[in-house]
Amino acid sequence: MSVDIAIRKTLRSDDRHFELDVAIASDQRRVVLFGPSGAGKSLTLRAVAGLLTPDSGRVVVDGRVLYDSASRVDVPTRLRDVAYVYQDYALFPHLTVAQNIAFGLDRGWLNPPRRRRDARVQHWLDALELGAIADSYPSRISGGQRQRVALARALATEPRIVVLDEPFAALDPALRGRMRTELLALQERLDLQLMVITHDPADVEALEGHTFEIRDGRAAVVG
Amino acid sequence: MGAIWVPLTLTLKVALWATAINLVLGVAVAFGLSRWRSHAREVVDSILTLPLVLPPTVLGYYLLVLLGRRGVFGAWLDRLGIELVFTWQGAVIASTLVAFPLVQKAARAAFEAVDPQLESAARVLGLRETAVFFRVSLPLAARGITAGALLAFARALGEFGATLMIAGNLPGRTQTLSVAIYAAVQSGDDTTAGIMVAVVSVTCVVALLLAGWLAPDHLRRSRP
Repeated sequence: MSVDIAIRKTLRSDDRHFELDVAIASDQRRVVLFGPSGAGKSLTLRAVAGLLTPDSGRVVVDGRVLYDSASRVDVPTRLRDVAYVYQDYALFPHLTVAQNIAFGLDRGWLNPPRRRRDARVQHWLDALELGAIADSYPSRISGGQRQRVALARALATEPRIVVLDEPFAALDPALRGRMRTELLALQERLDLQLMVITHDPADVEALEGHTFEIRDGRAAVVG
Repeated sequence: MGAIWVPLTLTLKVALWATAINLVLGVAVAFGLSRWRSHAREVVDSILTLPLVLPPTVLGYYLLVLLGRRGVFGAWLDRLGIELVFTWQGAVIASTLVAFPLVQKAARAAFEAVDPQLESAARVLGLRETAVFFRVSLPLAARGITAGALLAFARALGEFGATLMIAGNLPGRTQTLSVAIYAAVQSGDDTTAGIMVAVVSVTCVVALLLAGWLAPDHLRRSRP
């Protein structure tokens, strides 16, 4: 089983009470969580990355237990080998494209230098055709380029799983189709374990993954 | 010339020390406060803002009570051989205290404006909390912190009341520019006073202009 997630979490705020109780198990390399916003898709992704601690349950990726309330396992976020691609990409605005991609390669106290470039960074710049904008800042590049930088930054750390939060929502429709194709090609070429959340039926159709529908905090298999 | 040069260099030394101490202390406290989820936070923040509103003479009085030879810490410092009253180090403490809220407030606002998602992104990419601070939070807050530090420097340059209370008015030892200006006016030396007033005014204007100029363009937060 490449992904085995079963988590419960109760969230309370002043005017809202939300019960998340999802179970997702799949041995496919592409897992899609589909559903309306506010259904608990992002919470599930956050639990996989360790940004949200469930009340109970377990998270197993590629046979590695990341969280298990029964045996009190809770691997810290930084050690999970999960790559997270945010909906608005969360690129570091104070770093260039090349520095963003190099970010996770050295985990010390200093940001990657602007001049010296790691071979691994060059590899990802070439793989995603970002060479021309390597020294640009994120505010100066287009939406499609931003998404490729976010992917390159995520992949450079050689994660076990890449989770993507609405990866195409911030793109205009013409670009959306192209980026879907690009992501699929990349997934197949590198045999990536992907977990994508989306509210767009067109994404579900294009990604052809093991799809779970998430509604009101619960998951159901749809295909 | 010595009449101006000596207090000028002393003032710069005191103001630079006060700014440097606040850059460490004010930024650390601000970061702690910005991450602290407690109702006591605003109470602590109010107490830390007091130096901004209390008369400097009151602050100077408190410092004397605490650090004077018979003071709470003073007796203890005395045994260690450290003397702060009537020394330039005492002036540094007075300036640091008075300018502290300017750095702390600016830094706290800057840290709170950093997108928490960027800090999460850094954690997911494998960074420890200290690395997240130095590589994401601090550089993104740098613009606000720099502005606060320059304000603090300008404030420390002009510090008078608390400095006079704890460091006194010893020419060549603790007489900073603002104290020297007061002394010059008292003794009728209007020329010296006028030159020193001009020096302080120009330095403060330059510090304020720098506050707007220093931060590079790419530090301005830009989100798609």
